[in-house]
Amino acid sequence: MRNSLIILACLLSMLLSTAHASSDKSTQALLIELTTVKLNKAIPVLKALEENDGDKMLPLFNTLLKGQLYYVKSNKDLLSIEKVDGKKEYTDVFSGEALEPLATKLTKKIRVNNKLRRFLRDSIARIQLSSSEPESREKALISLLSQLDESTINTIRSLKVNESNTSVIELMDVAIAMYALSNSAEATERLQAVRTLDGRLENEVRNLLVSTVKNEADIKVKAAAEKSLASLEDRIENYQFVNKLFFGLSLGSVLLLAAVGLAITFGVMGVINMAHGEMIMLGAYTTYVVQMMMPNAIDYSLWVAIPLAFLVSGSVGVLIERGVIRHLHGRPLETLLATFGISLILQQLVRTIFSPLNRQVESPTWMSGSLDINPVLSLTLNRLYILAFALLVFGLLLLILNRTSLGLNVRAVAQNRNMAKAMGIRTDRVDAMTFGLGSGIAGMAGVALSQLTNVGPNLGQAYIIDSFMVVVFGGVGNLWGTLVAAFTLGIANKFIEPITGAVLASIIVLVFIILFIQKRPKGLFPQKGRAAE
Amino acid sequence: MSFLNSVFSTKWLDRGDQAGSRTMPFVLLLLVVTFLASFCNLALPADSVFYVSTYTITLLGKYLCYAMLALAVDIIWGYCGILSLGHGAFFALGGYAMGMYLMRQIGDRGVYGNPELPDFMVFLNWTELPWFWQGMDQFWVAMVMVALVPGLLAYVFGWLAFRSRVTGVYLSIITQALTYALLLSFFRNEMGFGGNNGLTDFKDILGFSLQEDSTRIGLFITTALMLSLVLIASHAILKSRFGKVIVAIRDGEDRARFIGYRTERYKVWLFVYSAVIAGVAGALYVPQVGIINPGEFSPVNSIEIVIWVAVGGRGTLIGAVIGAILVNYAKTRFTAIMPDGWLFALGALFVLVTLYLPKGIMGLFDQFNERRNKNKAVDVQETAS
Amino acid sequence: MSIIDSALDNTRETFRRDQVWSFLKEKEVSVDVSHQIILYIEGLSVSFDGFKALNDMNLYINDGELRCLIGANGAGKTTLMDVITGKTQCDEGSVYFGQTHNLLEKDEAEISQLGIGRKFQKPTVFEAHTVLDNLELSLKTNKGVIPTLLARLSSTEILKIDEVLETIGLKDHRMMLAGSLSHGQKQWLEIGMLLVSEPRLLLVDEPVAGMTAQETEHTAELLKSLAGDHTVVVVEHDMEFVRSIAKTVTVLHQGSVLAEGTMDEVQNNAAVREVYLGDES
Repeated sequence: MRNSLIILACLLSMLLSTAHASSDKSTQALLIELTTVKLNKAIPVLKALEENDGDKMLPLFNTLLKGQLYYVKSNKDLLSIEKVDGKKEYTDVFSGEALEPLATKLTKKIRVNNKLRRFLRDSIARIQLSSSEPESREKALISLLSQLDESTINTIRSLKVNESNTSVIELMDVAIAMYALSNSAEATERLQAVRTLDGRLENEVRNLLVSTVKNEADIKVKAAAEKSLASLEDRIENYQFVNKLFFGLSLGSVLLLAAVGLAITFGVMGVINMAHGEMIMLGAYTTYVVQMMMPNAIDYSLWVAIPLAFLVSGSVGVLIERGVIRHLHGRPLETLLATFGISLILQQLVRTIFSPLNRQVESPTWMSGSLDINPVLSLTLNRLYILAFALLVFGLLLLILNRTSLGLNVRAVAQNRNMAKAMGIRTDRVDAMTFGLGSGIAGMAGVALSQLTNVGPNLGQAYIIDSFMVVVFGGVGNLWGTLVAAFTLGIANKFIEPITGAVLASIIVLVFIILFIQKRPKGLFPQKGRAAE
Repeated sequence: MSFLNSVFSTKWLDRGDQAGSRTMPFVLLLLVVTFLASFCNLALPADSVFYVSTYTITLLGKYLCYAMLALAVDIIWGYCGILSLGHGAFFALGGYAMGMYLMRQIGDRGVYGNPELPDFMVFLNWTELPWFWQGMDQFWVAMVMVALVPGLLAYVFGWLAFRSRVTGVYLSIITQALTYALLLSFFRNEMGFGGNNGLTDFKDILGFSLQEDSTRIGLFITTALMLSLVLIASHAILKSRFGKVIVAIRDGEDRARFIGYRTERYKVWLFVYSAVIAGVAGALYVPQVGIINPGEFSPVNSIEIVIWVAVGGRGTLIGAVIGAILVNYAKTRFTAIMPDGWLFALGALFVLVTLYLPKGIMGLFDQFNERRNKNKAVDVQETAS
Repeated sequence: MSIIDSALDNTRETFRRDQVWSFLKEKEVSVDVSHQIILYIEGLSVSFDGFKALNDMNLYINDGELRCLIGANGAGKTTLMDVITGKTQCDEGSVYFGQTHNLLEKDEAEISQLGIGRKFQKPTVFEAHTVLDNLELSLKTNKGVIPTLLARLSSTEILKIDEVLETIGLKDHRMMLAGSLSHGQKQWLEIGMLLVSEPRLLLVDEPVAGMTAQETEHTAELLKSLAGDHTVVVVEHDMEFVRSIAKTVTVLHQGSVLAEGTMDEVQNNAAVREVYLGDES
């Protein structure tokens, strides 16, 4: 309570210092009036508020629009009450700070009706249109496109005179043209409007063109609209293709991260690590724990989590290798079973420690949001970053394998274990290092996955079969094969998905791989030669 | 790719008598126990010390189904070196075939009272029976399907896989993918198998109510008889020259090819045989537990079967049976006492058995026997001299 | 009665195994050796990742001869055997068994059933089987799935196995597991497996490796006695052994034939001397 009072006081002093003289009443007085005024008399109050101090009123208007605006009966303080998961959350309207919960009878809701809502929307748009940020002006314009009326068009016209940002001006032109196309009596004006709209990708433009094609009486306008619509749909299709491609690449990058560690252990040691999925899970839980440890620095937590996840999963991997796999050398099927046992133990361990429920890992702010290229195409930043991360990890791995002495040893063991041993390479150590490396990468994959899905004990299981498919499809012992296979499968999945649905898409991909393996048992890029026999 | 060779290079220096001469005594023992248990359930009063509850009978019946499933895995893994991580799929398919028959037997006693359509189809607003449900109200059709569907799938899959010489871990992985694909498919309502919930609420089988003790005993005895039959048949098959070729393929597939055997054909037929056994086991399982759902397809289930076989001792028929019964008994007890502990125990079992007990319980048994025989031999020598 | 009898006869005739069930019928394989040559190898090339294991090799083996192939490591001896027996695919060239059988179109099992037997460099026997079972599996019989399932050892087959057991000196070990035999005994067992399969053409890869002098002599006798009825191709490093058995020797070098002739001719061949002795001197 005290907080809100202080904020109100600050607000008041700010208002006084800026000294708007356009209204005869102070904002403070208006806000108090808002709590008592009758529904049908509320518009003038809101209008006064908008004129007085538009920018500051945005949160208030938005809260009111959502029907979440309440006031405290005793002192007329405004606050927002939102129900989240059945629990009421009390926040200050202006600052958004959380407040102490109050008894229900102490507060009263400020009601709104449709007329008020319409006014609020317009008002919000007007406020945003006069915002100093060109981006928020653009956003406001786009939100206005679906509800153009004469007053908004007039507002837009008047604001256009002083507008300097070209893309905002373009959008304003679009709004004016759309209004003209649907309301103008002159065919030439409508034709002009269609021409102005040509090349725009906004959904509202598309809807308008569709209805124009249907209802337009003038042949010329109709023809022009048809042409515009056709080219518009072409372009939308192209962008949707790019969008699918992006989602495919994104899935591919996840598969790559999950599978590349498996590819190394499988390729070098001929060992199927059924606990690989659990290495991913451990990485994801590491991220979760790191965030719990540093709740105030979520933005930086990933930079701690990535190396830590590598270390955690990597050392568990080394332990598994030393403790179990080493003793099963040359018996791949037994290794498969033993590592499956380990995966069961690890899963149950996590269930016991962290509970079987899923945990939410927060995304740092720099990873949330999206890259809006145009109204049809927007790429989410977290997927973009993960794609880059996957390629980076892959590149690093190639570097390690091709440029370091560890890599040389690993490749030697992969090609001819006995010869490598004879040359004095300590194959047992190489095995442990390889397994640690593969598991560590799985851990980093877990960090990436925690940014896309919830973290739970079954996280690894969800990806393990797909990872196997990638490795087998790409050809064992060939990292490039893994890369190609991961992206091929990811993209294929996302392109089949819209046609058949997600489940059927994964079934189709699985069946395809089963058939493919039978055609080419050694994968896309098999190793050749007598050593490969 | 040296590891692909090493898959099969494991030394299998166990008894020359591959199929194990203990099969017949074991079958006898199995049958005696079965009839004794049934007798104790039916003829003794409930307060008798020797009374066996119907719950126990059903549990035993379930174990015997698992034993048959383990036997199916053992036949291909223990004798032919094919590690299938997807045998749960054949089990579930057999189970679904039986489930479809039982579903049709419900008739108009379902919640919606539709004489033709099972409840879930009414719920999905379907108006007629899909083609693959036609005829499933006939017991014999369902029984043919129990064998045919898993057999056919195994044939197609095996033909494709073995012909292109997919072996070792590759094969294991694609069998796992197979059951995973089926799992996803059966979860879909559109498949027409009840989706997520599967098939359940069965009423009766061949006119006998599934709630009756006598029906349960009947199912239990049928399962025991089928298991005996399968044990004897498998014994005969594996003792024949065919069985010798199978073991030869396990130990040196290339060599078997070079002396003129089309190894892929042998493997396909053995795989089909094994899949049919798994299907029959599934069909016997469903009326006893009263439900079949897509969970049976889950890859984890299939891997669990493998550990039953490993515990009992692969490459010995009765080892698989004993392993399945023991592990499942342990599971029943464990989950009752400390449910969270079971997965730890199962995981540890996987690790410990592969590390320290590669021949399973039967291997231990053999070692013990050998030692005793040696001691005996020494004794005989000593007394002679 | 006679009607029933004739009906039964008819039925028997209709269901005669070899007619109805084609897979039960034992196919008699004939090898056309009208030109006295049993194996034609022409223009054969095989490469592994750029390394030419066989390079345009031409080789003809006469029916009933005993031919020795010698050559340094990497000369292509084992690869050649791999191609003939269907283990390795070749890049180009042709391999014919007799006039009619194109071996490149057939797989290992088919080639084996044509009557080409192979003994590997490393003894490969079925270790989990007894000596007897190993020989039983190698018998020249119908190797289809169902005939094998129903097969019983016939008396002639038992005689045949006994005879071979005598030859390879494992008569007393017939019930022993092959895995518990000594290295030399495994070698013999493998030779025995080759013998019971009654092949037209025997490909023998380093038969005397790991054998004592006595055993080596015995092997030489055996191979010599086989030639004539069978065609024998031997790959061997042991020059002493080669000299003791070979009429014709073919020298392979870097995937192709360097020289061919009697042992003496080959030893005096300038090219051979350069390749072999040149390195040594």
